[in-house]
Amino acid sequence: MNAIVVSALLGVVMMFAGLLFKNSKQVQWTALIGIFILVGVAIFDNQLISTQGSKSYFNMIELNSFTSWFNVLITSCAAVYFLLFHKQIAGVGINKAEYFALMFFILSGVYLLSSYSNLLILFIGIEILSIPQYILAGSDKENVKSTEASLKYFLMGSFSTGILLMGITLLYGATGSFDIMSNQFTTQFTQVNSMSSLAIVGILLMVVSFGFKVSAAPMHFWTPDVYDGTPTAFTPFMATIVKVSVFVAFIRLFHFSFGSVSHAWQITIVSMIALTLLIGNVTAVYQTSVKRMMAYSSIAQAGFMLFAIFAINATSWKGITLYSITYTLASLGVFAVLIKMKDYTFDGFNGLAKKQPVLAITATICLFSLAGIPLTGGFFAKYYVLMAAVEQGTMLWIVVFAVLMAAISVYYYFRVIMSMYFKQGEAELIEEPTTIEKTLLIINAAIIIALGILPSLIMR
Amino acid sequence: MLLIILILVPIIGGLVSFLTKNNSQLPALGASLLTLAASLFSAFTYYNGHAPIAIDATWIPTLGANFALNINSGLQVLMLALTAIIFPLVYLFLNDKSFENKSTFYGLMSLAQAGLMGVFLANDALVFYIFWELALIPVYFLSSLFGGENRIKVTFKFFVYTFVGSLLLLVAFLIIYNHTTNHSFAWTSFVESGKSMSGSMQNWMFWLVFLAFAIKMPMFPFHTWQPDAYEQSSTPVTIVLSAIMVKMGLFAVIKWLLPVLPLGVLHWTNLVTILSIIGIIYASCLAIVQTNIKRLIAYSSIAHIGLMIATLFAQNQLGTQGVAIQMFNHGINIMGLWLLVLAIEKRLGTQNLNEMGGLAKLAPKFTIALVLISLANIALPLTNGFIGEFMMFNGLFQSTSQYHIVFTVVAGLGVILAAVYTLGMIQKVAFGELKNNQVVFADLSINEWIVLIIIMGIILWLGFYPNVLMSLVS
Repeated sequence: MNAIVVSALLGVVMMFAGLLFKNSKQVQWTALIGIFILVGVAIFDNQLISTQGSKSYFNMIELNSFTSWFNVLITSCAAVYFLLFHKQIAGVGINKAEYFALMFFILSGVYLLSSYSNLLILFIGIEILSIPQYILAGSDKENVKSTEASLKYFLMGSFSTGILLMGITLLYGATGSFDIMSNQFTTQFTQVNSMSSLAIVGILLMVVSFGFKVSAAPMHFWTPDVYDGTPTAFTPFMATIVKVSVFVAFIRLFHFSFGSVSHAWQITIVSMIALTLLIGNVTAVYQTSVKRMMAYSSIAQAGFMLFAIFAINATSWKGITLYSITYTLASLGVFAVLIKMKDYTFDGFNGLAKKQPVLAITATICLFSLAGIPLTGGFFAKYYVLMAAVEQGTMLWIVVFAVLMAAISVYYYFRVIMSMYFKQGEAELIEEPTTIEKTLLIINAAIIIALGILPSLIMR
Repeated sequence: MLLIILILVPIIGGLVSFLTKNNSQLPALGASLLTLAASLFSAFTYYNGHAPIAIDATWIPTLGANFALNINSGLQVLMLALTAIIFPLVYLFLNDKSFENKSTFYGLMSLAQAGLMGVFLANDALVFYIFWELALIPVYFLSSLFGGENRIKVTFKFFVYTFVGSLLLLVAFLIIYNHTTNHSFAWTSFVESGKSMSGSMQNWMFWLVFLAFAIKMPMFPFHTWQPDAYEQSSTPVTIVLSAIMVKMGLFAVIKWLLPVLPLGVLHWTNLVTILSIIGIIYASCLAIVQTNIKRLIAYSSIAHIGLMIATLFAQNQLGTQGVAIQMFNHGINIMGLWLLVLAIEKRLGTQNLNEMGGLAKLAPKFTIALVLISLANIALPLTNGFIGEFMMFNGLFQSTSQYHIVFTVVAGLGVILAAVYTLGMIQKVAFGELKNNQVVFADLSINEWIVLIIIMGIILWLGFYPNVLMSLVS
């Protein structure tokens, strides 16, 4: 609860920092201090919950041990993002402080989404999460692609919010309550046969609108253009931290409220998984730009995370935690290298290993993790979500299908590795990475490997 | 502790090699010699029937995954010894050769050795799977960095092939794990869990597991990556691929398939045997018409492996022991052949058989080694190849399958064909007219000669005195 308040306050502080500090360095330092304060607050919240047990606020927000721990992890990921990208964020345009302010607001939305117990808070959380993103997407005003991304994102985003509202309305109509934890709400969802048609349609509309936000096929069409057009400093934030928190909101609603009637919606999720994996992976193969490839890869990875929703059991919570964190760290690592490159195509990476061995090796470890090679966190992430699906026992073919798709993903991830290591060329950089940046990248890669050896480090 | 040394020493040696600028072969060589000593010591301990060697440490308690390694079969001892023998010999053979990215080469080779050791030692399915994948990564980089023109493409094909297999294996392991009563990855739990599955379930589970192994071995018709990969990789890497990595597949069938899914194995025995026997004949015929010496040896390897798979699926004691012996001997012999190819490549700069000839006059030592190792490769009596092959045919003949006579007869044709292509190769390389009189073919240098003498020594020793192997595997 403290984290929600503090992050919103930090957003305001950042806006004032923009007025007070003319120097870009000072703004960046304020933001960095802010994010570490936020990590501290999240840890404090977590301590509070672990000593006092789950806590409910006004029947609107409920913090339990999973939620508060997830908040610590995701805030730490945001801190990694700030550390890796603060220079580039400030370099996007003239409103340096505002970009950071918007991101603190987004984090506030993230906390709402991870801990809501009321559909109204879900709606507010989604909106707080989305509106700053529309602005961030269009922040490079000179660039037509950025403006296009912003407009496209805004139109698609508001469309999906409309569907979400409709779903909430129908669920309210079926149950007479917004409180997803209350008896009044959950008793409507104990048996498939006794459910009203309002409730079924409501659930499906929720699936569709969540699908939009996590870019699951066939609601993924906005993703490549938006991620590609958005300034490269913001894409990793949108593709990782924002996306995985929507997943947590997704699993929260579907586990706690709709878990017993999973037969009603499971087949929808399965078809979404199949489509998402197929479209994400196959289209990524044909990309020539690494940035766009990463956009499709984020669609494909969402397909794997959907397994946690599909399975709905204890393992799927572990899976979603581990997947969120490893996917976030690995993507941040790849983007941190990408943003240094002059040329975003695969050929632009040719010969990077000779010129910048540290960038190449850390990017390789991150790509290994995304591909799910053992000894990186990505392996255990895939392991847990697939395990969740196997445990739940039905439709095993989708698991086999998923691993075949994972094999396709190796193709495009390894293309980057091949360019860096095996092809001759002069990879051109915008600027040389500093020692601090290199150290951060190495630490990031080390965490990924540590999670690949001991995944239980971050699981509660 | 001994088992940890077997894995940890190559890793450390590899990391030190990466960081060493000049003489980067020394850490790798040192590590491999230390590993050799450790593996011989463990072989000795096992041979003398001392207490079983095992480690079992809790790794991820919530999963029931333990970091469990053990040595409890002669096959494991043989495979560890094979791995431990091959690496130092290859390093010694290469000793005077200087090339670009030397530290990367030796570093990756050492890491590959660590991965292979792990595969042969693992007694926990998750540990096994992780090492199975890890052995592949350094080899992928090795083959992509060093070798022929098409190496990047060909190696990638190899990687994707094996990766698909591995992922299906992962799914199979997840299903078996989920079926265990105590939620454990231990080998014993896996055997129990697999056996308790219904017949129809085992039938489809079989392919999820077997595909990974079939691709790795490789068995016809999943072999298409192999000749290209062998040809395009640089020869030291080819040695790792063909002498050890293919044995991973056979080893995995013996340890992780036959006992785990017995009904599934029984159901598909005839199909697998037929495919592998087709593989023997098909690969042998292709080997006869090859003009590239590396491709010739690659196809000969497919044929040899085919016989081993067929015998494994006959499932009787004699045959399985024969396979274990042959796995070791095939590794030694094929390493010898590849080292000779390496010597030719270095001196003539070609792999084309039609551009070779008459080397017997110029290089007697080389020719002695070539003839002896080739004869071992076709399993002439009094060479190491004979005893294993004899036991395998015996085992195949005693198979419970109603077609066992046909299987044995057709597979027996492979022996004749093997003689055709191997002797043809000797003839083209060593005898006849000198094709290119300008070339001065220097005979083997001291370090090369020492390595080959060691190999020939092993061949003759085990040929005259196969009892060492017999008592290890029985």
